[in-house]
Amino acid sequence: MDQFLQHIVNALVLGSTYALLGIGLTLIFGIMRVVNFAHGELYAFGAYVSYALVSLLGLNYFGSVLLAGMLGLLLGAAIEFLLLRRCKLENIDEVMLIMIGLMIIMQNAELLLWGGVAKVVPTPFAQESITIGGIYLSPTRLFVFCAAVVLLIAFYLIIERSRLGLAMRATFQDRDAAKIVGVNVGSIYTLTFALGSCMAAVTGALLAPVFVVAPTMGDLASLKAFAIVILGGLGNIPGAALGGFALAAIEEFGSGYISTAYRDALGFLAILIVMVIRPQGLFAIKERVG
Amino acid sequence: MNKIVFFVVVALLALLPVLWPDPYMLSVVSAAGIMIVAAISLNVLLGFTGQLSLGHAAFFGIGAYTSALLSLGFDVSLFGYLLVVDPKPVWVAFVSGILVAAAFGWLIGKLAFRVRGAYFVIVTICFAQVMRMVALNWVDLTEGPMALVSIPALTLWIPGEGVIKLVSKSATYWLVLAANVLAYLIVARLVLSRFGRAAIALRENETLAKSIGIPVTRYLIVFSVISAGIAGAAGGLYAHTVRIIDPEVFMFIYTITMVIMVIAGGKGTLAGPVIGGIIFGLLPELLRGVVAPEVQWMLYGALMVLLLLFMPKGIVPTFNGLVRRLRARLAREKTAAAPAKARGANA
Repeated sequence: MDQFLQHIVNALVLGSTYALLGIGLTLIFGIMRVVNFAHGELYAFGAYVSYALVSLLGLNYFGSVLLAGMLGLLLGAAIEFLLLRRCKLENIDEVMLIMIGLMIIMQNAELLLWGGVAKVVPTPFAQESITIGGIYLSPTRLFVFCAAVVLLIAFYLIIERSRLGLAMRATFQDRDAAKIVGVNVGSIYTLTFALGSCMAAVTGALLAPVFVVAPTMGDLASLKAFAIVILGGLGNIPGAALGGFALAAIEEFGSGYISTAYRDALGFLAILIVMVIRPQGLFAIKERVG
Repeated sequence: MNKIVFFVVVALLALLPVLWPDPYMLSVVSAAGIMIVAAISLNVLLGFTGQLSLGHAAFFGIGAYTSALLSLGFDVSLFGYLLVVDPKPVWVAFVSGILVAAAFGWLIGKLAFRVRGAYFVIVTICFAQVMRMVALNWVDLTEGPMALVSIPALTLWIPGEGVIKLVSKSATYWLVLAANVLAYLIVARLVLSRFGRAAIALRENETLAKSIGIPVTRYLIVFSVISAGIAGAAGGLYAHTVRIIDPEVFMFIYTITMVIMVIAGGKGTLAGPVIGGIIFGLLPELLRGVVAPEVQWMLYGALMVLLLLFMPKGIVPTFNGLVRRLRARLAREKTAAAPAKARGANA
């Protein structure tokens, strides 16, 4: 029973960060119809910013997370402004391939700049785990969970309660109708991509002391983000949050009770199964997939 | 006209090892040639049916592993039973590799063509990732990261010489060239057939194709099987010429290389993957030593982005368009010049 509870706690911590990663991706897809293969690279970018600031410059970890978020925001806006605006987003496959090109460029730039060896970012918290009733939880992970939950709530408030969120939801539902009522769709696109990128970078920076930082981390992060988004239904924001927790649970329980070696394969298997039985996503009500 | 060009090009390529017998050059061109076969296979799906498969390295890897394992022989315990497979003749293994890859093509077609667009792409990626994990972790069968080594070379019976192993650089080159010609002809025949016309119809407008009675999904599955089979053949060629394979063959970056080749050359054209394959297959060798491999990959990525932004149709269609426009202009000038000459003669 203790082991079971431990898995649940681990899945919640991991799931909160997966949810952050997935929401950024699903937001970009839902509003812009861009399948963003560079999402994982922005996650890696955030992690490297954290490494550069904390390990090399000796800065504060919390400050580095904040700065990684801001740089992610700027980088995302730049990508949208310089690249995506040019191709007018007409053909979804072409845009997807452009994002893959960008992914290759970013990943190899990281490799060139930092080398292939994985980097370690020191944690500002105590190393000893907190023990509550036989369940272990390191303070760093506890902080990551709390920060992720706060960010998820903040994000929810932006989307549901602010004027910007209203304009985003309007663009999401019908781009042309939003234009007619005076939404500047171009700047909504820039903001959407910037916000999605910011969330990926923050997730990367938050997780830097939990995992190691390596140039290939972006690949797996991209694929996992896709898994999360597919589980919840592409473009479905609450679905992505649930999908994040679902993927974490699948991985955590799968590696606990089935096989550790196949941990990363389980998520992909889950997608294949979801595609066969419910291609519109586990939590979607209605969605055209054809 | 096109047939003559085709024969001349093939004949010239076949003469290459005689004219320029440099072993390093030949091995580089052979390696590029194997990727061109893979690119041709991807073009069957991406170019003619318009479905972007980003898991093509999986079919390549399945072909390579099946062919290598059958020619080496293996034993593996499945559900408590010990399955022992003796080494098979190398061509039997090679053909089995193609068949197994094609069978997976059928399976993925069945599963993935329930959805389209971004969903289809993600299903194919997941499939390749699962295959890579299996190749990495099923050490009893695949040796995992330790790799399968000393895979036998393909053989050929030559009158007077008996059965020889195709191990020399020129023999490998001719083998790869033959595979390319075969793959090209199969795809050319396929595109001209009823299947090809149906595929193009559904690429252009799926709803319309369906409305005139084309069983869309069935045709897509046929194309998926053929595409996977050719990719499996490329994988088999890789296994028996490089003669060592590890789970790296399933890497996403190999699929990307195929995609860049097809997109650059021109998807939906027969010559496209060949032209794109020659450029992007030889580019790494030309850049080797000049720049670091990371920079080389960055150039790859940048070229891909630039091509998609400025030449989304690819080299072959753009070139064809230029030739057509030039011809039209020449014809116009001729008709404009002829009356002028006639008037000049009268005056």
